[in-house]
Amino acid sequence: VLHTTRPLHTTQQSLAPVPPLPEKGGEVRHGVIPEEFFQFLYPKTGVTGPYMLGTGLLLYLLSKEIYVVNHETAAAACILSVIVYAIKKFGPNVAAFADKLNEEKMASALAMKNEAIETLQKAIDEEKKEQWRVEGRTYLFDAKRNNIAMLLETNYRERLLMVYNEVKKRLDYQVAMQTLKRQKEQEHMIQWVEKNVVQSITPQQQKESIAKCILDLKALSKSAHAAV
Amino acid sequence: GPLWERPLLEVRLGELHTWISTCSFSAQGLLGAVQRAWSSFCAKYIHVKQGGPAGLSMLLAGYCLLSYGWNYQHFSKNSLGSLV
Repeated sequence: VLHTTRPLHTTQQSLAPVPPLPEKGGEVRHGVIPEEFFQFLYPKTGVTGPYMLGTGLLLYLLSKEIYVVNHETAAAACILSVIVYAIKKFGPNVAAFADKLNEEKMASALAMKNEAIETLQKAIDEEKKEQWRVEGRTYLFDAKRNNIAMLLETNYRERLLMVYNEVKKRLDYQVAMQTLKRQKEQEHMIQWVEKNVVQSITPQQQKESIAKCILDLKALSKSAHAAV
Repeated sequence: GPLWERPLLEVRLGELHTWISTCSFSAQGLLGAVQRAWSSFCAKYIHVKQGGPAGLSMLLAGYCLLSYGWNYQHFSKNSLGSLV
């Protein structure tokens, strides 16, 4: 049941980023006893209080045989001394090694983060460049429009030329027909006129014309004889 | 804050019995208490950037004491006080 009247996300708390780990753990004295114990006893008993308490407790346990001393005590003492020696000797090395591992992890994570930031930045720049390119698109479309207009124009003019040629051919044909017709009519008329004229020359006229020609020829020959 | 919400370390000695009376001893309550104790121990001594031997050594010491307490019968059989 979700109380719709309850406001969600009222605090600033969120799961990420995770708060960083504390630098150092709680203080512990001699490896087993936390510092709070010593602070707890300090107001009443001062600095040596907890140590007195510890010594007294130890003697009480030993004397009342609440802590039994047997072979395991010797084993525990040896083991404890070895452990303490090992920690004192190799502690800093192990700590440095662990720190180095941590550093490597952090460095790789940081590198990934930086790489991601760089790639995103590059993507942003590319995007901006694409947006700038879009502005030039109007010029591209203008050029294309010009091309198409030119194509249309040439096509139109070609067709116009074709139409003109066809019409001219037809008109030339008509003109040629007319001239031919007139020529034929002329020839026919000349032939008819010649024929009629020849027919109209009667034989008598022919005799007369021949006699006249002979007289003319005689006259000419006389003049020619005279010239010579 | 109120008494029953304070962790054990902040309760005064005089109010201890009232505090005990307010905490729940059901299975869920005990489990919750154990979980809280463990998580606070981890947060203080283990989940730090520069831990030392303290966290692990305290756990081992506590384990040693617990196992000594569980096997006390067996130890006391071999003690000087049981010689007949």
